Amino acid sequence: MGGKLAAMFDAAGHKVTVLDLDAYSFRRLPPTFSGTALIGNGTDEEMLRKAGIEDASAFIALTQGDNRNVMAAQIAKHIFKVPRVICRIYDPLRKDIYEQLGLESISPTEVFADLLFNRLEKI
Amino acid sequence: MKSLYIVIVGGGNIGYYLSKALLNQGHEVLIIERDVRKCEKLEDELGSCCMRGDGCETVVLNEAGLSRADALIATTSQDEDNLVSCQVAKHRFKVPRTIALVNNPNNDAIFRKLGIDATISVTNTILEHVEQEIPAHPLIHLLTMSGHMEEVVELLITKESPAVGKSIGQLKLPQDTTIALIMREGERPKIPSPDAVFKENDRIIALTTLDSEKILEKVLLS
Repeated sequence: MGGKLAAMFDAAGHKVTVLDLDAYSFRRLPPTFSGTALIGNGTDEEMLRKAGIEDASAFIALTQGDNRNVMAAQIAKHIFKVPRVICRIYDPLRKDIYEQLGLESISPTEVFADLLFNRLEKI
Repeated sequence: MKSLYIVIVGGGNIGYYLSKALLNQGHEVLIIERDVRKCEKLEDELGSCCMRGDGCETVVLNEAGLSRADALIATTSQDEDNLVSCQVAKHRFKVPRTIALVNNPNNDAIFRKLGIDATISVTNTILEHVEQEIPAHPLIHLLTMSGHMEEVVELLITKESPAVGKSIGQLKLPQDTTIALIMREGERPKIPSPDAVFKENDRIIALTTLDSEKILEKVLLS
């Protein structure tokens, strides 16, 4: 998901930095990708600073771990004051809590379940 | 003493010894632990006080009766899990006091800014002891106010210090910082006026914040 999204923003002419613990995930970036790919922990304040978060206009937390995303997104929003922060939270209950706390969140579980339900219900 | 209901997330070494101590003090304790084998071991040792589950999940915390808990202490080795346990406890279940263990010392300040009542960093605790044991260190942390960003620090003015010969009013101290006391050999500690002048070997007690500590150190020491 991160690789795909990064490629889309890059193709649209934006400046993109991808941060991942594992270089293996960078294989999905297209050869044309002109942004930066960095190995590092996205919940680490110093690493985020190195990745240039202080100049970012948007931050998206997309790891497989809900809690890691929640933590990284809150650091981006409350510590670095990134203007737009979006967080992926699989667990719908957890997503509701953080939405109430003002963190813009998307639950893929909810979105995908809705999508399937709507498709099948129309049959 | 009032008996409290305390929920501990994480049944590792810290969770175990903490539960043991709290149970001995007469408190009601529940440990939430993901690993079934750790759970069994804890129950063998401490009696029925362990629940198997993910301490970040609303359903699990609800089952643990978190709404009546006096405190939640998150002690896992993952900082992000400790953060989420505490935040869910605080915002969903209105637990009055949440305490998180932080493994990365940088998260100490971050977690407090994100609303956790108290954070404990093993690394920082050891560092504070090192500072106090080695008097050469120019800035010593004396006290951190729980639940706030304020702290009390002690600084030693050395010969090289840019503050020597200057008054408090002349220095560009951070706004949220107060010089509370100047201690000078052979004199009684005094609460300084804005025109009090710093001398070599003065020991300064200041009230400051985590954010301003670095600036204070720069202005007074180098």
